[in-house]
Amino acid sequence: MSSDSFAGHLKTLIIGDVQADRVVPPSGFTAQLTLFAAGAMAFLAVFALALSLASGRLADRWADELARAATLRINAPAEQRAAQTEAALKILRQTPGVASARAFTADEQAALLAPWFGAGVPLDALPVPQLIEVIEDDPGYDATGLRLRLQAEVPGAVLDDHTRWREPLVEAAHSLRLLAVVSILLIAGAMGAMITLAANAALAANAQVIEVLRLVGAQDGYIAQAFIRRFTLRALSGAAVGMAFGMLGVWLMPAASDEGGFLTGLGFQGFGWLLPLAIPLLGALVAYVATTRAAKKRLGDLT
Amino acid sequence: MLWGKTSGQKLGAAVIELDNLGYNYGGGELLSGVSVKLAPGSFHFLTGPSGAGKTTLLKLCYGALTPTSGRVRAFNMDVKGLDRDQMALLRRRVGVVHQDCRFLDHLPVIENIALPLTVSGRDLGQEEANLRELLNWVGLADRSDALPPELSGGERQRAALARSVILSPDVIIADEPTGNVDWEMSQRLLQLLVELNRMGKTILVATHDLSLIRAAKNQVQARVLRIWDRQLHLAGADL
Repeated sequence: MSSDSFAGHLKTLIIGDVQADRVVPPSGFTAQLTLFAAGAMAFLAVFALALSLASGRLADRWADELARAATLRINAPAEQRAAQTEAALKILRQTPGVASARAFTADEQAALLAPWFGAGVPLDALPVPQLIEVIEDDPGYDATGLRLRLQAEVPGAVLDDHTRWREPLVEAAHSLRLLAVVSILLIAGAMGAMITLAANAALAANAQVIEVLRLVGAQDGYIAQAFIRRFTLRALSGAAVGMAFGMLGVWLMPAASDEGGFLTGLGFQGFGWLLPLAIPLLGALVAYVATTRAAKKRLGDLT
Repeated sequence: MLWGKTSGQKLGAAVIELDNLGYNYGGGELLSGVSVKLAPGSFHFLTGPSGAGKTTLLKLCYGALTPTSGRVRAFNMDVKGLDRDQMALLRRRVGVVHQDCRFLDHLPVIENIALPLTVSGRDLGQEEANLRELLNWVGLADRSDALPPELSGGERQRAALARSVILSPDVIIADEPTGNVDWEMSQRLLQLLVELNRMGKTILVATHDLSLIRAAKNQVQARVLRIWDRQLHLAGADL
């Protein structure tokens, strides 16, 4: 289809033809079914999209935040802890690929333990290891070589580069995003199936109208257009309403917070709020394709 | 009278030609070896007993059915070779009046009559005068806003005739147009068909009403074709 004919086709679809629209009588239940199906699917699609975006953000954040950081734990008797900490820091400063290394202060360690032991933890009375935050450079350090050196020179040092738990978390977040994308595709497919059923019902209910139109010289494109336009606009309007309710639902969800964890971050951010606007257009496209196929098949069966 | 115009196209010997046509239905042979030519401006009656295949033959003429054997030519085109869009264009050149009229019941009479204009993308605003003239001609000027179910049998047939001529087709095919109307109305419908023939239209009317044929013979030179024993015969003077 050339760009001119496509533009003409789109114009006809949007503006329509009052006379042509009157030729096919309004169909009761198929109209309501299309509106309801499009609305419900758009509502679900908004949540699937929000989930997809949120899990994507989560995967990126976990990957970014954890990939460049590591923790060195000094498990040494209290009298050796300061010396081993200093030795470890010295090694870290000499290690290529380490951007910075810093020992946590007593207050910072107490803050980390506060969620479990409450405020004002007497660190002196507890066998709490000294923690050192290691920030990786780009390119990073050789973790195996660093471990071997620490093992030889700082016997109480244990390097945790977060790999053990970062990868499954990032993988889970990616899986969640994939699941959300698959959900959107399934929603589009289910909507297409429902609209195909509704269009077939409308075409069957109007078999006599179609027969009369053929007899007076209507071309297939003209007949199909009457149905396609109707179903496309219904899907567009139904999906717009569903999308509006879906966005309202997402907007009413609690804002992202550290306390609430992942669930409170389920929403849109910035330009992300514009993405759901594509859902009604996608719904209209699905309806257009589904009705075109149904009409083509049905009209092809007639003489 | 725009709807009374003929296309002016140079036609061959026949506007519609059936050549050795056969049609099977329900496992049996309904029509066999049917050959006929409808010359431009001719008037034909098609008669025969019920179930003989009159309606089938008409449908074969305007491409609503495909023959089992033989060939249908319309306006020098082989109907079998036409694609669906070309078939639709052919139907704009052949006005058809069905016995049951086939209206869109949700549209008023005037919009039903204008349906061929609507589907061919004409602007109804520009055709208004033409439409009103046609309504006057068939005597339905005061029924233009009525819905089809509100019309009497005669009014429905006249509306169907008006719809069949609105695009000024070259051929008008009518299937039992007087089947559901009284004598007076059948004479009026016949008069309208005769007038169309005098405008140069080719007319083919299927009917089992022999009195209609006799009445027509006083007004127009009509050939009478009779389906008998699956074949088409030129009827004699016994009618």
